Amino acid sequence: MTIQKFGEVGRLGLMAVVISLFFALHISIGAKAIPLSDVFTALIARDETVFDHIVVWNLRMPRALIAMVVGAALAVSGALMQGLTRNPLADPGLLGLLAGASFAVVVGFGIWGSAIVPIMPLVAAGGALAASALVFWIASSAPGGARPLTLILAGAAITAFLGAIIAAVQLLDQDNFDQLRVWLTGTINGNRMSYMMWCLPWLLVGFLVSFAVARQITSLAMGDEVAIGLGVNVAQVKILSLIAVVALTASAVTLSGPLGFIGLVIPHAVRLFVGTDYRFVVPYSALVGAAYLLFVDIVARIALAPIEISTGLVTSLLGAPFFVWLVRAKL
Amino acid sequence: MAQMAKDFYHNEKVKVLPLAQKPATQKPISLRAQNISAGYGETPILKHIDLDVPEGEITILVGPNGCGKSTLLKTMARILTPSEGSVSLNGQNVHQLPTRQVAQQMALLAQGPIAPEGLKVRELVAQGRFPHQTLLKQWTKDDSVAVDWAMEVTNISQFAERPIDALSGGQRQRCWIAMALAQETDLVLLDEPTTFLDLKVQVDVMNLLTKTAKEAGKTMVIVLHELNIAAAYADNLVMMRSGEIIAQGDVNDIFTRENLRAVFGLDARVIFDAEAGRPVCMPNLNG
Repeated sequence: MTIQKFGEVGRLGLMAVVISLFFALHISIGAKAIPLSDVFTALIARDETVFDHIVVWNLRMPRALIAMVVGAALAVSGALMQGLTRNPLADPGLLGLLAGASFAVVVGFGIWGSAIVPIMPLVAAGGALAASALVFWIASSAPGGARPLTLILAGAAITAFLGAIIAAVQLLDQDNFDQLRVWLTGTINGNRMSYMMWCLPWLLVGFLVSFAVARQITSLAMGDEVAIGLGVNVAQVKILSLIAVVALTASAVTLSGPLGFIGLVIPHAVRLFVGTDYRFVVPYSALVGAAYLLFVDIVARIALAPIEISTGLVTSLLGAPFFVWLVRAKL
Repeated sequence: MAQMAKDFYHNEKVKVLPLAQKPATQKPISLRAQNISAGYGETPILKHIDLDVPEGEITILVGPNGCGKSTLLKTMARILTPSEGSVSLNGQNVHQLPTRQVAQQMALLAQGPIAPEGLKVRELVAQGRFPHQTLLKQWTKDDSVAVDWAMEVTNISQFAERPIDALSGGQRQRCWIAMALAQETDLVLLDEPTTFLDLKVQVDVMNLLTKTAKEAGKTMVIVLHELNIAAAYADNLVMMRSGEIIAQGDVNDIFTRENLRAVFGLDARVIFDAEAGRPVCMPNLNG
């Protein structure tokens, strides 16, 4: 037991070190490199008269914070979905939630313009919920019901369909959608920090609920009958998890646009280190997800510097091969 | 037998006895289905069933495929809600009690459960402690003791750190049984715990279950497929056909040629095995 506890402290310590390191690196890298020592000085002793400190506090740190929050939110959503649906391929992107949220935002933006900003998380949540319901309904009415394969196919169809509509709307109204174009590829930008305030309550609820239901998810992953036998209120846990997934996904989309594959990759990577018990999978997915998106966003900025690649393109470039491996290994 | 276990418990020497001989509680327990009809969708599979589970005994449900034996077990275990009638556990309606409270008194081993890939044996067994834990009080000494005991009794301690999917069918089934035992309930319901196992492993599993039931003073209700296995282990045998209970009672009274013909349409001789003190059936060949 003491060894296990030591292992737990060690793992947590390691994650803390990795996240701090990526956080500092993330802030230090950019159009103008800021030495790590200056980053630390800026964080510890902020001086408004020093230009680099202003850059750190007003531009780079918000971007790093958004990357962490979005990474954690998507990874936790993926972990909950995989446990709940007993589907190793479940992910907010693959099951149509990201497309639904994006679509709702685009439509909302087209109708109400920038007046939509304060309720963007709400609009995104509505879209995510509607798309996931649609995907589940299509998969359920397929012969054999909602299985991993039918869910993925339905998710792909809905994503493609909504993507086509988004593209069509963009072509029809290019001026208005120019500002959404970059966002739709999934991008992390410090000036979205103003949205953070609107997303914070959603994120808070999403994370708290996720951590609270994590223990029951392990039981549910063994099937409804086993879970009921153990005294899990199955209906309640499913509804709470759905609320958490939608709140987290909607916040992530609002902050950074649709970022694919994070929810798929991270929980699987986490399981390699902490096992299958969701009491560990969920919190570690949050930590590893935060670290991963910091890392990806660093890559997005230095790979083709001075050109910045959209972060969503990098997550997909890294995630797609993993998805192929997962399909070959697990289906 | 349950009474004997209880007498042990009151003895001073009880502290050196293995935990397996500790009865879970002193309260009398009862599980009773009253006039229940249940099924999936519109047409009920069970038709007005009454079943009183005798305390401290092993009740085994048998019947042809689709007779409703699993449906009856699932309804008593609150997996299914009856369209008519009620199931009472220690005087309270199972379908109205909070599900966690039921799980503190009654464990269920579902049919063919699947463990998430990579879940370790100890982690699986620890799931059995769920109904005894709260969000704030997640793991106590009692939980460790119960899990260690359950793994000891089922003889899986040596696999504790291995993933479930790396074990054989029989070993895996022992892990699931350990999970149900770790729940420390007086009542354990098991849905076809021996299906898809070799005969030898079926016997091992049944020996384990009956031994634990006697030593720990547990009441068990088991759905079984194999008639001779049922005859060998049942105290109380229940035969079902087309959603109705055709016969129930002491295995020696119920396991007869006539009942086998009436319930299963099976033409078989029933022989009394004096060594075991139990009946065995031999199907007649070529009519």
